[in-house]
Amino acid sequence: MLTVENLTVKFPSRFGDITAIEDVSLCIQPGEIHGLVGESGAGKSTVGAAIIGLLQTPGYIAEGDLKLGDTDLRALDPGEAHALRGKRISMIFQDPQTSLNPLMTVEDQLIETIQAHENIGTTAARTRAIDLLEEIGITGAAERIKSYPHQFSGGMRQRVVIALALCTNPELIIADEPTTALDVAVQSQVLDLIRTLADTRKIGFILITHDIGVIAQISDSVTVMRRGCVVETGKTAQVLGAPQESYTIGLMDAVPPLDRKLRRFRVPEETHDSDGSVSRAEQWLLQGQQQSEIGLTIDALQVQFPGVRTSLFRRPEPFTALHSVSFEVKPGSILGLVGESGSGKSTLAKAITGLVPPSGGEMKLGGDPLPTGKARGRRHPSRQLIQMVFQDPYSSLNSRHRIGDILSEPLWLYDLVQDKDERRALAADMLDLVGMAPDAIDKYPHQFSGGQRQRIAVARALLARPRFLICDEPTSALDVSIQAEILNLLKDLQEKFGLTILFISHNLAVVRQMADDMVVLRHGRIEEFGPSEVLFETPQASYTQKLLELTPVMPKEWNSA
Amino acid sequence: MKEFLKRSEGVWLFIHSPAAILAALVALLTFIGAAFAPWIASVNPYDLGSFSLFDGLLPPVWQEGANPKFLLGTDDQGRDMVSSILYGARLSLIIGLSAMVIATVLGVGLGLAAGYYGGRFDAVVMRIADIQLALPAILTALLIDGIARGVLPADMQQDLRIAVLTLAIALSLWVNFARTARASTFVQMQKEYVQAAIIMGQRPIRVMFVHILPNILGPLLVIMTVDLASAILLEATLSFLGIGLPADSPSLGTLIRIGMQFMLSGEWWILWIPTLFLVALVVSINILGDFLRDVFNPRLR
Repeated sequence: MLTVENLTVKFPSRFGDITAIEDVSLCIQPGEIHGLVGESGAGKSTVGAAIIGLLQTPGYIAEGDLKLGDTDLRALDPGEAHALRGKRISMIFQDPQTSLNPLMTVEDQLIETIQAHENIGTTAARTRAIDLLEEIGITGAAERIKSYPHQFSGGMRQRVVIALALCTNPELIIADEPTTALDVAVQSQVLDLIRTLADTRKIGFILITHDIGVIAQISDSVTVMRRGCVVETGKTAQVLGAPQESYTIGLMDAVPPLDRKLRRFRVPEETHDSDGSVSRAEQWLLQGQQQSEIGLTIDALQVQFPGVRTSLFRRPEPFTALHSVSFEVKPGSILGLVGESGSGKSTLAKAITGLVPPSGGEMKLGGDPLPTGKARGRRHPSRQLIQMVFQDPYSSLNSRHRIGDILSEPLWLYDLVQDKDERRALAADMLDLVGMAPDAIDKYPHQFSGGQRQRIAVARALLARPRFLICDEPTSALDVSIQAEILNLLKDLQEKFGLTILFISHNLAVVRQMADDMVVLRHGRIEEFGPSEVLFETPQASYTQKLLELTPVMPKEWNSA
Repeated sequence: MKEFLKRSEGVWLFIHSPAAILAALVALLTFIGAAFAPWIASVNPYDLGSFSLFDGLLPPVWQEGANPKFLLGTDDQGRDMVSSILYGARLSLIIGLSAMVIATVLGVGLGLAAGYYGGRFDAVVMRIADIQLALPAILTALLIDGIARGVLPADMQQDLRIAVLTLAIALSLWVNFARTARASTFVQMQKEYVQAAIIMGQRPIRVMFVHILPNILGPLLVIMTVDLASAILLEATLSFLGIGLPADSPSLGTLIRIGMQFMLSGEWWILWIPTLFLVALVVSINILGDFLRDVFNPRLR
């Protein structure tokens, strides 16, 4: 149905044309779900944009053929292309928050779209819209259709987006990361819906995603892309189950399995000068290890935020983000904290670091009470003992400071090293320890990739000589292969220096690889707490069972490849 | 350095923007002329002995009856217009620049602190800013001028004219800086590098000035240029109204006020030349401000 042949897209720039994708060929049959996987910058979205004719200016198609049925997509003039978009090819975007107009009811948006492509009356269009919503799984569609987008939940909103894409009976739908912004439970519903539509309506889907689990679960065939080129293409089971190219093999190795715990990920290690000698940074960190391993006890912790004011005269009801949460992080262990968005994971981290004052409960760090909120002075020892690695490596390093300055900061702040040159040398050594070239010290953060920045962030945390490390979604902004490297690094450091780690993630498979114990959080309450292997093998709470069930996984036999 | 110049987006944009180059040229020449006025100007307009009434009211060189010694003619006192403008621009720029610096320090300091601490402190500072905004800049300046006249002893008033004028202008401009700094600080406060600094236990002063300030400099630089133009205009307005600098130490505004008497008398150059000069200077600075905004805010291009 859709054939793409030797597609090459270029972006002109001041320094000559930049080739975004090169020589990409695809073929999609009716009813087929074709996955496009690859890491960020691989050119997946550019392929989708080129097919639907929405390449960002000044990008242009330099070469190749695009054919939908008998129509040559490249030969269309702008008016014809516009008529074809929506009519025969539709698109589903990543974020349902922004792809619907918040000022129009769902009804208006659906009817507008239908009437834009077909000359039918408003009543007929409304009937069609209601039928569509029913088909898509929205109950009581005749009533719900009058609602505004914000009155739907995230998953429902994505359904409405899909209904919008469907309302002109397209032959092909391009779905660009359709479930990335959704929680696991909602994701599985949306994926089921896509599968059903492909089967019953014989619509061809191009599913663009970085999540290999999603591809493995629903796609028929898959194309693996890297740096704008096709690495491997074919049936999903064949490409992902028995990969031929070394890049695909590496990619599959880096995907954390949900069903077992790996000691380390198999990733190509950079040549690390392991001549047996202990580096200075390592020695220095070990010196700081005089204190024994340290644990954290949290007892009935409660956090409330001021609620939305509904009346001028009444105090607003507070919103409770954490309902008396209690658990213990054992000295020298890794505790995994999982939960969907809005479950209070990050609030908990902020309460521990003192950014958010709790309204009740106690915390103890290694037996000593940990003052909360503003009561914790700037010179309190816990400021040094607890360090944090943040989620977004692009915002966690000050872009106006050199790496050397960023890394030296904890050293002088905690008065660990007095001499300026020594601080610098130690910072350079630490970079080496986290697997980076020491000459990075004079560069600025923007000169590094996300994974490298996260290594720098880890180095900064280590240079405070912490005993307790909070990692808040440290890999969720990174590609799988980089994620595997960072997780390996964290594991190594934890073993070597006996750190205690609180590892926060929404990704169950990642937590299984990292955690000794595990806490499952939902709506600010603990659903389950226990050793992670026990939790994964025999989950007790129904919520945990549901989460495990709905997480997309690869068939077991593929992993053994 | 060479590599930097080749890669830099700002340099590239500058080279490809004739308006920006022209504006920079005008501004630069004015700054140099003003800074070196005592060495460039043929006469010192403040020194009564250096010019003569016999040279009074000579037209610019391209008109009949001109004296080639006076390129742009002379005023009724026989002062060379070129020299008057150079000295006038010197005073205007000194006042404009210092007012801008004072407004920047005050506004950015308060705005950063308001954004950092939030809550009650923020509310108080911003309500003061709101009140300030409700008063026209000229009114604020008049108020401070009036207070200074009442409070300062008469013999000091002449000496402190410049200082009072500068302060009056600065106090009517700081709100722009405070608002921008506060808004940008709010954005930065959400960034994880700021949270990291706070968690580590760094001093608030350090977080504000070492961590946040370098990251919000872009918009502030734009406001600095635009407000420099406003400060120069405000000074000219006040001097024109006669509450700024007196006629014996003329700024651009004073020159225009003096020129007003000759508007319809045929000696057009006494009014028009300083006026056009002021317009050219202010427009150039504003174009530079616009250019800077484009550099720091690529999306608006």
